[in-house]
Amino acid sequence: MGNTPEATPQTSVPRNRVVRWLDERFGWEQLVAPLRHKTVPVHKLSYWYFLGGMTLFLFMIQVLTGILLLLYYRPSANEAFESVQYIMTQVKFGWLVRSIHSWSANLMIFTAFAHMFSVLFLRAYTKPRELTWVTGMVLLFLALGFGFSGYLLPWNTLAFFATKVGTEITGQVPVIGKPLLIFLRGGEEVTGATLTRFFGFHVALLPGITTMLIALHVLLIQRLGMSVPPGLEAAWKELPPNKRETPFFPNFFAHELMAWYVALGVLGALAALYPWELGTKADPFAVAPAGIKPEWYFMFMFQTLKLIPAKVGPIDGELVGILGFGLVGLIWVLLPFLGGDRHSRRQVFIRGLGVFALAYMFSMTIYGYMAAK
Amino acid sequence: MLQEPTTESQRHGGKLGLEPLCLCVSVVALASCLLLPAASFAQAPPQAAKSSCVECHSSFPAPTGVTEEQWAADIHAQKGLTCASCHGGDPKDASPEGAMSRKAGFRGKPKRTEIPATCAKCHADGAYMRQYNPSLRTDQLAQYQTSVHGKRLAKGDTKVAVCIDCHSVHGIRPAKDPRSTVNPLNVANTCARCHSDAAYMKDYKIKTDQFAGYSASVHHDAMVVRGDLSAPTCTTCHGNHGAAPPGVASVENVCSTCHVFQAQLFDTSPHKAAFQAMGTGSCITCHSNHRIVHPTDKLIGTGNESVCTNCHASGDPGFKAAGKIHDDLTALDEALKRSDEVLDKAESSGMEVSQARLEESQGHDSLIKARVTIHSFQPDKVEQDTQAGMKIAEKTYKDGLKALAERDYRRKGLGLSLITIVAVLIGLWMYIRQLESRNQSGGS
Repeated sequence: MGNTPEATPQTSVPRNRVVRWLDERFGWEQLVAPLRHKTVPVHKLSYWYFLGGMTLFLFMIQVLTGILLLLYYRPSANEAFESVQYIMTQVKFGWLVRSIHSWSANLMIFTAFAHMFSVLFLRAYTKPRELTWVTGMVLLFLALGFGFSGYLLPWNTLAFFATKVGTEITGQVPVIGKPLLIFLRGGEEVTGATLTRFFGFHVALLPGITTMLIALHVLLIQRLGMSVPPGLEAAWKELPPNKRETPFFPNFFAHELMAWYVALGVLGALAALYPWELGTKADPFAVAPAGIKPEWYFMFMFQTLKLIPAKVGPIDGELVGILGFGLVGLIWVLLPFLGGDRHSRRQVFIRGLGVFALAYMFSMTIYGYMAAK
Repeated sequence: MLQEPTTESQRHGGKLGLEPLCLCVSVVALASCLLLPAASFAQAPPQAAKSSCVECHSSFPAPTGVTEEQWAADIHAQKGLTCASCHGGDPKDASPEGAMSRKAGFRGKPKRTEIPATCAKCHADGAYMRQYNPSLRTDQLAQYQTSVHGKRLAKGDTKVAVCIDCHSVHGIRPAKDPRSTVNPLNVANTCARCHSDAAYMKDYKIKTDQFAGYSASVHHDAMVVRGDLSAPTCTTCHGNHGAAPPGVASVENVCSTCHVFQAQLFDTSPHKAAFQAMGTGSCITCHSNHRIVHPTDKLIGTGNESVCTNCHASGDPGFKAAGKIHDDLTALDEALKRSDEVLDKAESSGMEVSQARLEESQGHDSLIKARVTIHSFQPDKVEQDTQAGMKIAEKTYKDGLKALAERDYRRKGLGLSLITIVAVLIGLWMYIRQLESRNQSGGS
């Protein structure tokens, strides 16, 4: 979009020998040409565009640190805790790698949520970007899956009991709940089999699916270009000279790079000042400690389930909660197909829904932490 | 005999009388029924009631009143015994005359001197008790007869405690029930009802401060505050049914039922013979009896709070030994505190020091062991334990310092990294400015 002569990127990039070598064999220039011509709209809300790239950057950090952790981590109930302890105390910079892995996981989920809401409020999910939204939503769910499966891997007390509670909730799903619980746990109870299974999900299954979906998501963005807020889009249509764009590479990318560096600085500071704690080794025979709570991104759901009465009419309260969240999740994925085009009057309703969801998640999370004290 | 009577004679409280507790209920019933208005009988012919005893006595005030709830909570009622089991009579007869007739075997309220034997009719019968609780002892009466209470009762002193004074009557709960008067949590209060009553105990010329002392003791703290039901209470040291003060010679044996190692070490110590010669109870010489406070390291040594100086004077070998033991303990205690402090600091900075913590706990174990070894009163032995702990404390202290140094190293590394990142950001910002100005000049 917007490949105006003014916006055409510079082509005077010095071609070094490597590039020439690649170009002669693979047509490098032709391959990267779309990047040179890709532009990004410039307006006062452009900064929200960084969130997607930031999430991608944090995912890359996850992959890198995850691979390093794999060199020492041992996925068994007998060795998992000790191996993480070894990483934290004996491996050179092991503490840094593990802390960055944990902190960036949390930041990634935060930026993914922020990205999702920014796309919603800027109406960027509407036609023709329905599939971009759907793939993004699935990626968000996968990120939550990464969080849930990764939380158990250090095999500490808090993670053990949080996983027990979390999988129990899964078991409440009608029809498939029980088989799903057995599948997740590798048996009736949370044991070493669960750990091995979660490890498999965390380092093989989820990364494989996520990588493919990220590729598809980015490809769709590349193909469809960056969305412009509806009001601005109309204004630019009316007065084309007002339209402002910047080359994706190197201009926008340089901005994005700045944001990544800031994220890297924040990650380093968090890891050095607040290393991710390890806790105590899980003891399956011990009594669950008081105040068991899930990770912050599950807290709003956890607190909601706690507040629902044991019985809602003839139906089990927890089941009502699970079905409710399942339904909301499904509706959220299908929003582009339910909301009409970006000028539809239904968009006002969807924006209100988004504000309500954001407020609900925020307040329930705060409430959950206050109640857990 | 122990189940709900089935033969005619048993129904009437037959020879067995195996249901001991309730004799007084019927006596009270007899007296009370005489006072009942005749009109109440005239209104309607008496109907056979489930238990005519409770029917009448439930409307009486204490101590003759026995409510249905009270009786229902009694372990004997729950096991199927009736008022007649102890008091005789016929609870199925609705008329007072019939229910409490001598023909029906009514025995009335037993005298206080008869109560132990009344209860023992069942409780001393192993074959009978086995069907209800095979693990329950059946030597209570025999024990009681050896107790101060039992001996005095035999001499006709009816002020001393009999079964119902401790176990209550008509609402007797098993000892494991926290509401029972003889549950470990309540035993001290039960004993104190008499033993803290100066007026009541006046004739016996014994102190009445035992409960006050016990309430301030480490044993009471363990029992009541920490809820440790295995902690000692009155009956642990004095016996329950055979309650008597342990003699000077047996104090050590009593304490050693729990404090095994201390007793073994004490046996090898020079104090064993010395205390015997002095005629003082071994353990209580230093620790007192009821008011056994939590021992601190100040208890040994040469300071103001030390008990050693009660016998040892400055310059004698015991005085020097006490001083050395105290110094060794204090040194280890301080070394562990210093180690704790530095590990706490490292931990609060997010450093992983669980291995050092684990090792440090062994140092604390050494201190505990040394505090037990004190009872040998041999400084060399105590020193062995404290030295083992000192080595651990020094190592964990160094581990803590190392963790703090690592923390500082990380922070310096963070500082350098942040400076580098800021430099890169400035470079990028300048590059972007350059790109933008180039675009603007290209555009113009």
